[in-house]
Amino acid sequence: MTVLDERATATAHSVMAGRRRRLRRRALVVGALASAVAVTYLVSLMVGNTFYGLDQVWQVVRGDDVPGASFAVGELRLPRASLAVLAGAAFGLAGVTFQTMLRNPLASPDIIGISSGATTAAVCGIVVLGLDETPVSFLSLAAALATAGVIYLLSNKNGFAGTRLILIGIGVAAFLDAMTAYVLSRASEWDLQAAMQWITGSLNGATWTRVLPLAVACAVLVPVLLLAGRDLGALRLGDDAAAALGVRVRTARIVLILSAVALLAFATAACGPIAFVAFMAGPIAARIVGSGGSMLLPAALVGALLVLLADLVGQYAFDNRYPVGVVTGVLGAPFLLYLLSRSNRSGGSL
Amino acid sequence: MTNPHRLRAQGATLAYGDRTVTTDLDLSIATGKVTAIVGANGCGKSTLLRALSRLIAPRSGQIVLDGKDLHRLPAKEVARVLGLLPQSPIAPEGIVVSDLVGRGRHPHQRLLAGWTAKDYASVAAALEATGTVALADRPVDELSGGQRQRVWIAMALAQETDILLLDEPTTFLDLAYQLEVLDLLTDLNRSRGTTVVMVLHDLNLAARYADELVAMKDGAVVAQGDPGDVVTRELIASVFGLECRVIADPVSGAPLVLPSGRHHVAT
Repeated sequence: MTVLDERATATAHSVMAGRRRRLRRRALVVGALASAVAVTYLVSLMVGNTFYGLDQVWQVVRGDDVPGASFAVGELRLPRASLAVLAGAAFGLAGVTFQTMLRNPLASPDIIGISSGATTAAVCGIVVLGLDETPVSFLSLAAALATAGVIYLLSNKNGFAGTRLILIGIGVAAFLDAMTAYVLSRASEWDLQAAMQWITGSLNGATWTRVLPLAVACAVLVPVLLLAGRDLGALRLGDDAAAALGVRVRTARIVLILSAVALLAFATAACGPIAFVAFMAGPIAARIVGSGGSMLLPAALVGALLVLLADLVGQYAFDNRYPVGVVTGVLGAPFLLYLLSRSNRSGGSL
Repeated sequence: MTNPHRLRAQGATLAYGDRTVTTDLDLSIATGKVTAIVGANGCGKSTLLRALSRLIAPRSGQIVLDGKDLHRLPAKEVARVLGLLPQSPIAPEGIVVSDLVGRGRHPHQRLLAGWTAKDYASVAAALEATGTVALADRPVDELSGGQRQRVWIAMALAQETDILLLDEPTTFLDLAYQLEVLDLLTDLNRSRGTTVVMVLHDLNLAARYADELVAMKDGAVVAQGDPGDVVTRELIASVFGLECRVIADPVSGAPLVLPSGRHHVAT
């Protein structure tokens, strides 16, 4: 073996050691996040008007009949906490996919009008058309996809531009929010109640029938997004560099947008647009895990944790009970200002 | 070391929207040589490079790689033969050098498979070749402009393509770094036989470092060949609209363009 070969081997080993070290650290942090989600999930099964211990919760999960607990845990808390995890993860994934793809933390679907599309459609469905829960969900799903399509087409004129998509999206959001406000102003008391869920987002009245469609959507779309994550990573280098690495940029972008919007739409249909979760999850995950690698899984975990914690706070921290969207909204607005002030300094992407 | 890959433009008409940049352009890239494309701003040199690297499809005619239409070949297959360093690639925030260089392995990796021994070896070789081994574990955000450009070239090297296209690889660099980058590309060409094609702003550096010079004007190739033959007073006047003298560069022997402006011209 020549000196040159030896040196090359040594370099390859040090590259390997460095990469393994970073992967190990990342696995550790992601593992800690996953444990935090699991613990918070269990806590929200245990606490409530009556406290049930882990053993009683386990009995309910196993299907035993426990007086009181079977209803409180099995029918109320279990679907509620599961919806929180699934919706939080879906919002987090959808948000970070857009933020990474467009290289801008403001590009989250709840900022650029896609959530607003779902809300406007749902409110119109309830107030104007007098629809029931299930058709309203489908209507909002279709509206979210249609809104994303319109924004994409408008921003794709003369070549795709991420910044233009964000600006057009913010305009579309303003228009849709105004429409929602107009429709609400003519709504009856009764409809207003149902419509409110679609404006703030709430886990109240979570049932398995509401959780199931979202669970199926997650089972299909999360793997799709994670597989597309490699292309998403290449897109972070810029469209030209990604294309030079053999990524079919337009196809990758459409797959990413479609699966992220569908996830967001299913989650919104289940519990309304829980404010700012899609927007906050990615940047928080980047602070915790570091933004060099893929942000998809960390953002999903942070999203789930945010919704679980915010719902616990909303239910038990104050004299009144508040919907989860109010809590995340109160957190999200200052966070938006923080990100804006920070991006002005460094121009950072996540 | 034989480099089997041939790249050429055949009757290519390139356009953005309504604006046609070049019409019916023919150009064969010299295999295993360093080619520099020069011309005034807006002459279509970057557009030509984008077409050669599959970023834009010709309106008519074709770009031909090894006898096949470049735009009909699978993207990933092309990316194993033809690498590109775009003008302003973006380093993801927080990424460290060896991970960024590892992105060059993208077209060689399969979905869900981790890094192979070959991937590590290629990244290590790219770091060695660009003198960035000591930076391997540093975040790219913390590097200077010159270091960063070397890292981007390392990424393109890790892709291990026989053809490497670069869009103004020396822009925004100090003179010393400009020479360093061009020396590095020359090393690559001499040691691996890589075909290097670059758009360069600096005519004198282009004349010094290129084996083959392609001069463009208004979307057409007006001259192609050895810099000694291509760089003449008449050509510079026609391509750049500039009066000048051409002398032999005392350092390299390549032609050296001494432009005359309106001031400071000794009579």
